[in-house]
Amino acid sequence: MTGTTTNATLFEQLGGEAAVNAAVDIFYRKVLADYRINRFFDGVDMDTQAAKQKAFLTMAFGGPANYSGQDMRNGHAKLVKMGLDDSHFDAVVENLAATLTELGVSAELIGQVAAIAETTRADVLGK
Amino acid sequence: MTRIKFGEQTFETENNETVLNTLLRNNMQVPYGCKAGVCQCCLMRSLDNAPPEKSQIGLKDTQKNQDYFLACLCEPENDMSVSLPNTEISWLDAEVIEKKNLSTNVIFLKLKSKEPLAFFAGQFVNLRRDDGVIRSYSIANIHNAEHELEFHIRILPNGQFSRWVADELTVGMTLSFSHAQGDCHYVEGKTEQSLLLIGTGTGLAPLYGIIRDALSTHKHQGEIHLFHGSHDASGLYLEDKLTTLTQIYPNFHYTPCLSGEVNDEKYTQGRANDIALQKFPKLDGWRVYLCGRPEMVLHSKRTAYLQGASLKEIYVDAHLLIKI
Repeated sequence: MTGTTTNATLFEQLGGEAAVNAAVDIFYRKVLADYRINRFFDGVDMDTQAAKQKAFLTMAFGGPANYSGQDMRNGHAKLVKMGLDDSHFDAVVENLAATLTELGVSAELIGQVAAIAETTRADVLGK
Repeated sequence: MTRIKFGEQTFETENNETVLNTLLRNNMQVPYGCKAGVCQCCLMRSLDNAPPEKSQIGLKDTQKNQDYFLACLCEPENDMSVSLPNTEISWLDAEVIEKKNLSTNVIFLKLKSKEPLAFFAGQFVNLRRDDGVIRSYSIANIHNAEHELEFHIRILPNGQFSRWVADELTVGMTLSFSHAQGDCHYVEGKTEQSLLLIGTGTGLAPLYGIIRDALSTHKHQGEIHLFHGSHDASGLYLEDKLTTLTQIYPNFHYTPCLSGEVNDEKYTQGRANDIALQKFPKLDGWRVYLCGRPEMVLHSKRTAYLQGASLKEIYVDAHLLIKI
């Protein structure tokens, strides 16, 4: 990336809605193919799940988010009972970073995205 | 200011208000989630005017063609009459004009609507018997000027509706049917795209409609691969017709698959979905249609996606979703 983008938000720097659309397909595919975490996605409707992944990526990209920490908590409660823990959360963040790397996003911006994703850890894991 | 008609009621939007906010402000019960065009929970359909393009971001082409839109993104430019998906039920009458066996347990049924109708081959309609028993069936033919509809009806041993079709329904009788629904149909505009169609049993019906729509109506140029699966050869009930199609259209390929014993080299041994997805391990840019047993469809959807097909390019038999 060249030039100065200091006034642009993270969401804008990443490319906004179009970037989310490009990322969600790659990201969800990585997650489903990842043996460490894919059992948590068995039996879910893929279109619904992809929409949720998109909402998550939009939030992690610094874009508009209209769901609360409590929503995250409720949404993952069943998975926590199935054994969802920090290692699985780390695996998801790893897949997210790999997705962005594949899309040519700079390490600095990936760090910012990972930091936003990190803010959901306690809610996702029901801590 | 525009008017939104929803069911029997009409509401006025306030400046730049979305359809969703107008309905919520008037205490209408409509589903919604993110209010940002992401979750698609507030999917609705316009029954008259085409919705603003902006309100169709992220929808499938088939949904766009049918004027579906996201209520949370829709600031209407004109008055609109809107409904929730699949609630606009009205019934039309049709006469049975042909009935014959395609195999020992599959019946071909042709109806002629008494009114003009709009549909895409591969969509489904609900068929209703006089006493109110309803079953949904996919449309196996392409649109014609005679307002005809063709179905492949599998006779189930204890099927209340299918047994009645087999034993009692005769040419000349009348059935009612609902408007065509579902997004499992051919989409215009990408004539070079490769298509993969996998069907088991009478899941072939919508695929047969889609294939003919692609080849004869839209002159599809890309490769079209059909895999039809059955336990034994008697279930490959359109073998002759499909083989003839391969001779007419060089870009159409038909692979009949048998999961049971195979005694003839023209058949491939194995499950249709396994054979198809092994043959084409890279599905980037493909469009995929999956119709048949729910386990097969759901499993194949995941596999096709992992092999590179975009979720928006995977179309499945809509029966699965509504579970009638």
